[in-house]
Amino acid sequence: MTGKTLTRMDLAEAVHNEVGLSRNDSASLVESVLSHVSDALVRGESVKISSFGTFSVRDKVARIGRNPKTGEEVPILPRRVLTFRPSHLMRDKVADGNK
Amino acid sequence: MIRSELIQIIADENPHLYQRDVEKIVNAIFDQITAALAGGDRVELRGFGAFSVKRRDGRVGRNPRTGESVEVEEKHVPFFKTGKLLRDRLNGQ
Repeated sequence: MTGKTLTRMDLAEAVHNEVGLSRNDSASLVESVLSHVSDALVRGESVKISSFGTFSVRDKVARIGRNPKTGEEVPILPRRVLTFRPSHLMRDKVADGNK
Repeated sequence: MIRSELIQIIADENPHLYQRDVEKIVNAIFDQITAALAGGDRVELRGFGAFSVKRRDGRVGRNPRTGESVEVEEKHVPFFKTGKLLRDRLNGQ
C-alpha cells in the first residue's frame, strides 16, 4: 500500500501505454469518457460498467436538518445524489489487495 | 448506459480509431482505477469525483437464518465521492 493519489494524468498514461496514442490524445479520450458518463448521469440515466460498477442517480426528498454547532433548524431541499455501487469483481480485488 | 454503449459513442466520435482500440482505451481507464484501489491508492478526478478505499472494522455478525454468531474480519471496500461540479450539474446548477 503506497497511499498515492492518481489523477487524470495517470489514466491518460495508462491509455498511452495501452494503445500508443500521444499523451495529448490519450488525455482527451480520458476527458471524453468522463464527460459522457457525467452527461448520462445528468440526464438521469444509470451508468453500468460491467466488472467495474454502477453509477446511479437517486432522488432525495426534502427534510429538516439541523446545524450541529448552533442547533438551528435548516431546511434541506429535495436534491439528486449520485451513488456508486462497485461490482463484485472490484470489491474482491480491493479486499484482496488491501489485506 | 452500459459499457458497450459508452465504447460506441467514443468510437463514433473518433472515426480515425479502430473500434477494438477504443475498447482497449475504455477498459484501460476503468482497469487502472480498480488497480489503483487494489493497491491502496486513491483516484481523484476533479469535477467528476474521487475513488478511495475505506476500512471496515471486524465485527461479530450473525447468520440471519440460524441466529449463529460469526466473526466478520476487517476488510477494505471501494468508496466513491461525487465531485462538486457533477453534484451541482445533477441539481441543475
